[in-house]
Amino acid sequence: MSLLQLPLREIHKRMTDGSLSALDLTKASLARIEEVDSKVRAFITVDGERALKEAKALDDQLAGKTESYGPLAGLPVGIKDNISTESVRTTAGSKHLSNYTPIYDATVVKRLRDAQTISVGKLNMDELAMGSSSETSFFHPTYNPWDLSRVPGGSSGGSAAAVAAGEVYFSLGTDTGGSIRQPAAFCGVVGLKPTYGRVSRYGLIAFASSLDQIGPLTKNVEDAAYVLQAIAGYDPMDSTSSEKKVPDYLAALSKDIKGIRIAIPKEMMGEGIQSGVRKRVEEAINVLEGLGAICEEVTLPHLEYAVATYYVISSAEASSNLARLDGIRYGMRVDGKDLIDMYKRTRGEGIGKEVKRRTLFGTLALSSDFYDKFYRKAQQVRTLIRQDYEKLFQQYDVIVGPTSPVTAFRIGERIEDPLTMYLNDICTVPVNLAGLPAISVPCGLADGLPVGLQIIGRAFDEATVLQVAHAYELQAKSLPQPSLEVREDEV
Amino acid sequence: MKLTKEQLEKLADISRFSLAEEEKELFLEQINQMIQLAEKLQEVNTEGVQPTIMGMPIANRMREDKRRPSVAREKVLACASDHKDGMFRVPAIFEE
Repeated sequence: MSLLQLPLREIHKRMTDGSLSALDLTKASLARIEEVDSKVRAFITVDGERALKEAKALDDQLAGKTESYGPLAGLPVGIKDNISTESVRTTAGSKHLSNYTPIYDATVVKRLRDAQTISVGKLNMDELAMGSSSETSFFHPTYNPWDLSRVPGGSSGGSAAAVAAGEVYFSLGTDTGGSIRQPAAFCGVVGLKPTYGRVSRYGLIAFASSLDQIGPLTKNVEDAAYVLQAIAGYDPMDSTSSEKKVPDYLAALSKDIKGIRIAIPKEMMGEGIQSGVRKRVEEAINVLEGLGAICEEVTLPHLEYAVATYYVISSAEASSNLARLDGIRYGMRVDGKDLIDMYKRTRGEGIGKEVKRRTLFGTLALSSDFYDKFYRKAQQVRTLIRQDYEKLFQQYDVIVGPTSPVTAFRIGERIEDPLTMYLNDICTVPVNLAGLPAISVPCGLADGLPVGLQIIGRAFDEATVLQVAHAYELQAKSLPQPSLEVREDEV
Repeated sequence: MKLTKEQLEKLADISRFSLAEEEKELFLEQINQMIQLAEKLQEVNTEGVQPTIMGMPIANRMREDKRRPSVAREKVLACASDHKDGMFRVPAIFEE
């Protein structure tokens, strides 16, 4: 068994008693990357030399100081490539940024270093986080460890696949409309999107600033609680980060869920949900009921408008945000006959189709002729969606349903049909529109592919989300290891 | 509504994208699908509904206007594809 399969507590015990070092763990991670990443392609950049140096330095610094070992000490981690890392190339999966090296660390990167983890590299993603399959990356696709002919989901596809394939102990992803939860579901790992404002966005290459959040992808719920504990909290460098006190997430895990009230929106269980996915989620709900939770069917009346609302708002914000990719201060530049021509060529060549299409649509939605009809209207519907959730949370503690209506699809199957791809985001995008926390936990396999159970909580109540997820996970049958092969179709 | 090729070209112009002919054709079809999706919002009665602008209601945050260290100029300029005399260099903006 690889060292990276050991439970967190066991690693901590061995680190503290000196029988295991950060260097051992980092070497194990790099060896696994060497062994499997030519198949999975989870990484854009592996920085082994630096990781080994940092691991060695950490071991020296901690040696003999038993009480100085934090719960995450020595763990090798991967960082999604839209999160800035000082002097390590950060591309956001874009040709435009393919040679960009940040001059500062994102706050989450600093906090993970303070938590004594070792970053081994940067993980593949859809270009600038736009996509649900990781196929829009300029560099290469990432392959789902459960079936290498399928996508790992996206946009944090590299983050999910690297954890599923055992290349890193955990990873960071970002979630604007489901980009942590959906790949977690597709790859059979845990993915947590915190409340908007819970984790600092400083140093994140912004896509849609009112929706983006950074969060962990881990092997289990307890690990997610530990990572959230390490990265959450106010940051003066992000004016939208919350000053609310960060509770003890680990303490929440020990509580049972007797009497917890769970809402099951019928819109998340109906038409358009693959039957295998629905079956696994229904079984998971039975498990929760068996643990004493009270589950009731409810309605989210504006859910059917969430995808349209999301694509108007996120594209509009992106069109404004991405104006900065102009080739002047950083990123590639293509010369032109004048300044405007230089901008157009730089952006024309440096930015891929998915991002261009959304930027063009966002520019349309913000233009004076369409502002009221599309952008303002979407912001108003966003209010109604938020209010739907607020009403439910007066009576219920969490909302449960599938993370994605489908399991991992084949590479190339949907890339030419963006609308179908967008409509699959129905279960995740409304959560970002309302700013709420949500987790995806594996709840079994459908036709051999992982299914994710989504648990959505009140704003800043990650504790209850983690509590319910943990209680479920303890009862659920754990998934086997992914095959890292191409699966033959069943006849 | 349906976007015309001329309107798409204008959008590309103000978004500062040079587009290849095949991109124009592809985007025309796909953006028209996105418009159709967005048209669905017209079904919703939003009379008197306040728009939601932020991810969470957070008021403006003030801080003291105090000097503090920033990143070194050379480090910032090193990220740029062209610079001279401590400044970013761009193609001429004014005609001779």
